[in-house]
Amino acid sequence: MDTAILATLALYMLSTAGYLAYFFLQKNRLQQAGLALLMAGFLSHTAVIGIGFAQKGHIPVSNLPETLSFAGWAVAGAFLVLHTRYNLKVLGVYATPFVALVMAIVPLIPKTPAETPAVFKSFWLVAHVTAIFLGEAAFALAAGAGLLYLIQDDAIRTKRSRFFFKRLPSLELLDATGYACIVVGFCLLTLGLITGLVYAKSYWGRFWSWDPKEVWSGIAWLFYAVLLHGRLTVGWRGRRSAISASVCCCSRFWG
Amino acid sequence: MHDIVLIGINHKTAPVELRECIAFSAEEAETAVAALRRLPAVVESLLYSTCNRVELLMVSADPPASVEAAKAFIAEFNKIPREQFENALYVHENENAARHLFRVAASLDSMILGEPQILGQIKEAYRQAAAAKTTGVILNRLLHRTFFVAKRIRTETGIGDRAVSISYAAVEMARKIFGTLEGKRVLLIGAGEMAELAVEHLLRHAVGETFVANRTFENGLTLANRFRGRAIRFEEIAEHLKQADIIISSTGAPGFVVTREQVRSVARARRNRPLFFIDIAVPRDIDPEINRLDNAYVYDIDDLKGVVEENIGDRQKEALKGERIIDEAVVRFRNWHQSLDVVPTIVSLRQKMEAIAESEIRRTLHGSSLPPESAPALSRMMGAFINKVLHEPTVFLKQDGMHANKPTYLDAVRKLFKLDE
Repeated sequence: MDTAILATLALYMLSTAGYLAYFFLQKNRLQQAGLALLMAGFLSHTAVIGIGFAQKGHIPVSNLPETLSFAGWAVAGAFLVLHTRYNLKVLGVYATPFVALVMAIVPLIPKTPAETPAVFKSFWLVAHVTAIFLGEAAFALAAGAGLLYLIQDDAIRTKRSRFFFKRLPSLELLDATGYACIVVGFCLLTLGLITGLVYAKSYWGRFWSWDPKEVWSGIAWLFYAVLLHGRLTVGWRGRRSAISASVCCCSRFWG
Repeated sequence: MHDIVLIGINHKTAPVELRECIAFSAEEAETAVAALRRLPAVVESLLYSTCNRVELLMVSADPPASVEAAKAFIAEFNKIPREQFENALYVHENENAARHLFRVAASLDSMILGEPQILGQIKEAYRQAAAAKTTGVILNRLLHRTFFVAKRIRTETGIGDRAVSISYAAVEMARKIFGTLEGKRVLLIGAGEMAELAVEHLLRHAVGETFVANRTFENGLTLANRFRGRAIRFEEIAEHLKQADIIISSTGAPGFVVTREQVRSVARARRNRPLFFIDIAVPRDIDPEINRLDNAYVYDIDDLKGVVEENIGDRQKEALKGERIIDEAVVRFRNWHQSLDVVPTIVSLRQKMEAIAESEIRRTLHGSSLPPESAPALSRMMGAFINKVLHEPTVFLKQDGMHANKPTYLDAVRKLFKLDE
């Protein structure tokens, strides 16, 4: 099991190297290699999680390393989907190191034995956890797109950094990608919250118990709701919305 | 062997006053190549003439005589004394001529590195010459290689990628902001060659409606008609900032025509869609402070010049890659050209036949009742056979008096027997 995780990590790191080299040298082959490695890493990662599921009989998110691993898997998967949809190669420069970093932490954390397996056996919980994690992954990518937007905006505005100017795509594309990620993330988060409420009701007998995790999720949901509402009504976009998306995502990961 | 001779002048060796004296129009070029082809030493000929160069390509059995004849021809045709242009002429032969032509066609020798027109001009000249049948085996091959090399350099290097004029640089910037320019609205304030050129480039990218604002409304109307746009009054500029996405300004106004406050107040009405200001005027028309606002970008003439300089630097780097591709192509062409001589052709023809004979003898001995001692006799017989077969072709290819057609025959022989594998 550990060797499989290490193999996955190695693939992600190589993929990161491929994307970084592509960013500096601008050779398409490097990007293709990076993508292929990422796919290989994602497959082996899927296998790791699948095995975990089979062994424990529930979704493997009962301790911190497992949770992190699942989050990394979600981000890798979300990026692959986004890549096929938008062909935004350059976002890999953000996504692959992100995933590699998350996975690098996994083997370092001592495993605390899981105590409450009974809680994890419900369908609602699996739906809840998966939706929440995929939603977070989408938000993480939105933050990445926002970050790239800010760099490109700065490059165009200050007229100095031709390095980034040449390598990054148009502001419009970065903005549209970030927006799409937030919409998807928001839908998934909503779904995750609903399934979570249903699950809480069925297990603890009440919908909401003011648990800090719940509160954080609620705040994040409200925040993204405001962000989307602002965009739809008065067209919030550009620097400010990119900053908000990035900041919000960072705070989520702290939570 | 028939040599390739290239003789010409270009922007580096001659000033425009001289180039325009020697330039050939398309019809003149046609008569010129035909006349040159009639010179006794010249077997094939091709001439291309652009505003930056006039070059004449010839295939000749006697290069010095051809060069002399060409010079006399240029002097006579253009009615200009020889001394006036002789110093500006350069002459390249064979390998160097091929290299020069490759570099010209790939636009590595152009005044503006990587400009795409020259290739089209050479193609057109070649089409004409081929139609007039003044080119033959050697120039046909050389020109086809040239087009191939030029295309390869264009696709494999970034020689033509980045904008190297102010107006194109403006379009390049706009595309980095908007992605696609389709449907984006353009507002032209004032008039001027560079600004109008930028609008034309933008129109080619399928931008949407165009507004033209001019102090004199009638002038604005004329311009608007040209761009199929709409003329607006100067006082309406602030109102139209709500609709326009790209603003190009080029007026003689002493102060700012668009202020920061005007742009800030339309942000909400625009739903924060980006605004791109291109300020070509000196003194500037657009308040540079606008560049600090969210979703608003201002580029003045110096900024655009900076972009252009940077891009020219990029093209020079890419040109080095182009030179490597050319080196490779020159070697390959030289090998082919040198093989197109009588002796190497006969040698390779003989080698090919000997190889066939040898393998057939081996097969015959292998599967039959012939005793192994008969091998030398068989070899002798095959040798004599090959000598007899090759006798007539050798005599024919070596004879004099078929100067003009020699490369054609040699090329045919090489193709018939597949000697270039």
